[in-house]
Amino acid sequence: MSGILLIKNGHVIDPANGIDETVDLWIENGAIAAIGSYDGSADETIDATGKIVCPGLIDMHVHLREPGQEWKEDIESGSRAAVAGGVTSMCCMPNTGPHIDHAGIARQIIERAAQVGLCNVHPIGAVTKNLDGKELTEMRELSRAGCVAFSDDGMPIWHAGVMRKALEYSSSFGYMIIQHAEELALTKGGCINEGWISTQLGVTGMPVEGEDSMIARDIMLTRRAKAFYHVAHISSKGGVELIRAAQAEGLSVTTEAAPHHFALTEEEVLGFNVDAKMSPPLRTEEDRLAVIEGLRDGTIEVIATDHAPHHEDDKRCGLSCAAFGIVGLETMLPVSLDLVRSGVLSMSGMIAKMTSNPSNLLGLESGTLTPGSEADIAIFDPETTWTVDREALVSKGKNTPWHGKELTGQVTHTIKAGRIVFENGTIHD
Amino acid sequence: MDSLKHLFGIADLDREQIEYLVNLGDSFIDINRRPLKKAPTLRGKTVINLFFENSTRTRTSFEIAGKRLSADVINISASTSATKKGESLLDTGQTLAAMQPHVLVIRHSIAGTCEFLAEYLDNTAIVNAGDGAHEHPTQVLTDLLTLKQAWGSPEGKTITIVGDIAHSRVARSHLLAAKKLGYNMRVVAPKTLLPAEIERYGCEVYHDFDEALPGSDAVYMLRVQTERLTDSCAFPSVREYHEAYGLNSTRLKAAGEHCLVLHPGPMNRGVEIATDVADSVKSHILAQVEHGVAIRMAVLAALCGGQTEEKKNRSKKKLSDEAMRAQGTLL
Repeated sequence: MSGILLIKNGHVIDPANGIDETVDLWIENGAIAAIGSYDGSADETIDATGKIVCPGLIDMHVHLREPGQEWKEDIESGSRAAVAGGVTSMCCMPNTGPHIDHAGIARQIIERAAQVGLCNVHPIGAVTKNLDGKELTEMRELSRAGCVAFSDDGMPIWHAGVMRKALEYSSSFGYMIIQHAEELALTKGGCINEGWISTQLGVTGMPVEGEDSMIARDIMLTRRAKAFYHVAHISSKGGVELIRAAQAEGLSVTTEAAPHHFALTEEEVLGFNVDAKMSPPLRTEEDRLAVIEGLRDGTIEVIATDHAPHHEDDKRCGLSCAAFGIVGLETMLPVSLDLVRSGVLSMSGMIAKMTSNPSNLLGLESGTLTPGSEADIAIFDPETTWTVDREALVSKGKNTPWHGKELTGQVTHTIKAGRIVFENGTIHD
Repeated sequence: MDSLKHLFGIADLDREQIEYLVNLGDSFIDINRRPLKKAPTLRGKTVINLFFENSTRTRTSFEIAGKRLSADVINISASTSATKKGESLLDTGQTLAAMQPHVLVIRHSIAGTCEFLAEYLDNTAIVNAGDGAHEHPTQVLTDLLTLKQAWGSPEGKTITIVGDIAHSRVARSHLLAAKKLGYNMRVVAPKTLLPAEIERYGCEVYHDFDEALPGSDAVYMLRVQTERLTDSCAFPSVREYHEAYGLNSTRLKAAGEHCLVLHPGPMNRGVEIATDVADSVKSHILAQVEHGVAIRMAVLAALCGGQTEEKKNRSKKKLSDEAMRAQGTLL
């Protein structure tokens, strides 16, 4: 978009540049022109009085289901859901069909996302071919095609020998491995956290040791390989402690937390709520508080949703056979704002976990408001309260545990490369 | 007392409702022993037994219960795998509900099946005949009727339940009922057959059967499925299981003269229970089967509108009057 788009009088927060003040921000030719006091005329003006203006959010963990499961979500519907949630860059996991285990698929996804033109999509390449945990993918080729990290997410890299080689090979070229940490021999047949709730419901549980034991193993392998290791969707107290200790030791070990793991506990599943079923599962209050402490002290650098849309048919069949996962793009920000309201994080600290931190981790260009950079911006009112209606979600997936609940904080505008793509509930395709 | 819309589990019943159903069941025992075993209570009512798991006694018990109260009873055995391939559980439920039965009696291997279906089915009462390892309310009501006959009231008594607690819906329903009715539960099993945090039910947990026996008023033996042996390394052999957790006459003596023996069936003789114990006078196992029919008559009658809103603290007299009404005029 040529011309000047002025965002007037907003509370601009740009963690990367240490900006946290009420000023104007203006955009010219799709790029951030400057932040300061603007007196001239503008082609278009957004009055951001009382609102927060920040870099467009980055969600480094989503499932877009394309190619292969387009009835659950596709790149277009996922991009629309993203901008409705203030997200302008996201990383999609490779458990599509075919998997993102060769360059062609990665390129296809990036091209399709560019056609849709709402949100950057950065593929995460598979670590092993067919995600079957046996043979490594051509990581250099996938990296050239645009993959920003590697993971077999949905499945753990279970075999210790394969994981060792994956960590050694990937780190030889500076790539990061993202692990879905789950010891399958312990979690087999499980559908929710193992404990008092699984006992009362009479369903098989997934013990927390399934997550913790694999993180412990991987940290040992990371130490030897001097690798870059990132734990996806951390949910357990033990896991947070292991990562904190690894970081104190100086290892390149990082992690992310999903909003549901710091906002909800296993109690949510009572009544056989299939929309509270995901992997790793919602855990105990003690685990939830440990994840929050990890976010507070910086052990957990990133908030990412693990957005996992499913069709109704995959969920409407009883707790133990329902698919794992919930949608998250559209509720990420308001749920995370609870961390600010409860004093766990500053507004800037929370925004960093969804902008500059994942950007630095993955080497992305987005996530800042630095003049000259592409103008990807989210504007939100932190005080507006709204009620989540599953049918009103933009995503094709309606599987949210927040249906019918009130959330505070609402995205009013999302700007992608200088173009207003979402405005007060309307998407401008 | 709140009238029942469905029967999902003991968890949803209060003490008064449990006692009402047990007493109503008690009043039905007599019909089953008469030469003409028929009452018109449920004439014009349709009951569908929808069983996704194999069952002989529970399905037959519901069928006989419905028929003796003059309901039209239809039995459907759907194997879980067949429905998985084709029609979904929800479609099966909705299809049957569209035929306007009054009651759907459901058994399924998935915990929460009844709660799940009830969300989508209107105008059909749902009875849980066992869902996964979640609940089996009619079995526990049956046991309570058996214990009522033996003891009058279970209050203050100690029931020791032994075996595969982890996979037992009967154990969970009993643990819930114990709290509501004031009896004590001891659970006995190796750790491999206990679910997480079982002690939070307020029960005593034992791994040594012999330690748990003294002071037990009833020993409740659970069927042990031998597939647990290979599936999950739950125990090394049937031989060792029987040695550690089998009820034999020596153990029964240790429990004391007064101790009753219960089992929900079907029994594995020589595994969890020795033949001489199963056939002894202390065994109430066949009484449980008989009472199962009476309890299921009571549940069907209560759900089909044989029960009206009642004030709390009903007198025994009024209760038996109501029981008579629900029972209807004998043919």
